[in-house]
Amino acid sequence: MLIAARASDGFTIFDITGDIDLAHSPQMRKALLGEIKEKKIPKVFLNMKNVRYIDSSGIASLVEGLKASRDVGTRLILFGLNNSVREVMQLSRLQKIFEIFDDEAQALAS
Amino acid sequence: MFCHWPNEFLTSFSCCLIVHKMASSPHPGIPGYTLLLKSHSSLDVGVQGTRLTESSGAKEMKSGEVLDTDLLVRLLMPSNAEALCLVRAMLERATELLHFEENQSRAIVRSVDEALANVIRHAYLGKTDLPIEVTCKRLRGDPDGTHVTGLEILLEDSGIALDPAKLKGRPLEDLRPGGLGLHFIRQSMDEVEFSHKNGKNQLRMVKYIVPATVTKPEGE
Repeated sequence: MLIAARASDGFTIFDITGDIDLAHSPQMRKALLGEIKEKKIPKVFLNMKNVRYIDSSGIASLVEGLKASRDVGTRLILFGLNNSVREVMQLSRLQKIFEIFDDEAQALAS
Repeated sequence: MFCHWPNEFLTSFSCCLIVHKMASSPHPGIPGYTLLLKSHSSLDVGVQGTRLTESSGAKEMKSGEVLDTDLLVRLLMPSNAEALCLVRAMLERATELLHFEENQSRAIVRSVDEALANVIRHAYLGKTDLPIEVTCKRLRGDPDGTHVTGLEILLEDSGIALDPAKLKGRPLEDLRPGGLGLHFIRQSMDEVEFSHKNGKNQLRMVKYIVPATVTKPEGE
């Protein structure tokens, strides 16, 4: 899994490529919590267009990020989810808990 | 990971994968192979189980041994999360061979991945060099046994014995990290059975093939 960050004024976009599984979710968790809890960036976007697979440890990291963003009053926004990732969000009943958009343009406009 | 990763398996419906001592027969073409062998470092083992070494862990192939014709693959993997992607790749191809629908295939891959992650985290407490055996078999449920009706996956480990009665996921309405893996497995598979036999934890999962719905054109 690769994570690339695009930082701009008031937001950060993380472009994630690969599988978010038990081996790699700690890396995503660290990146997310760094932007949310430490830097308190107002909007953190996760570009999941190139995420092929996410497991429950990846979902746990997302939930932790969401809770952290609520605690500090910022937003965690997801976009570009494929069918596999959407299925996991639905199985977890999280699709309505997270802010999810189809693409980057919609997410940035939110 | 101790296994053959043969082209025959990827192209032939009837081929079986035989557990093999990869350590003495390297497959340099397999991505991650070197990494996995390096991962078998000298760690103190604080839980049950036999460490994977070059001389242990893999079942010996016996001369003249005949395998169950419905065996698709049997592989031995280390309890290393880095190996999960290899098992997922194998399962994707296995479910393709059996003509599972894409969403069914994803359900199988997800379930096995979550189950293996549970073994790594809970049965082996994160130790990376303990053995997990994964066996996949075709199921033939029709009366004459000619059609494949599903896939059976058996996971075996020698880690801490888990009490099946205590295995339950968290309530989904409780928004907190963790506790989802078992929920995914139960939601996705048709049969899920935990047991503890001969000092091993066993998890048997079955997914039946649901034929694609054929919609007839109007007027027929």
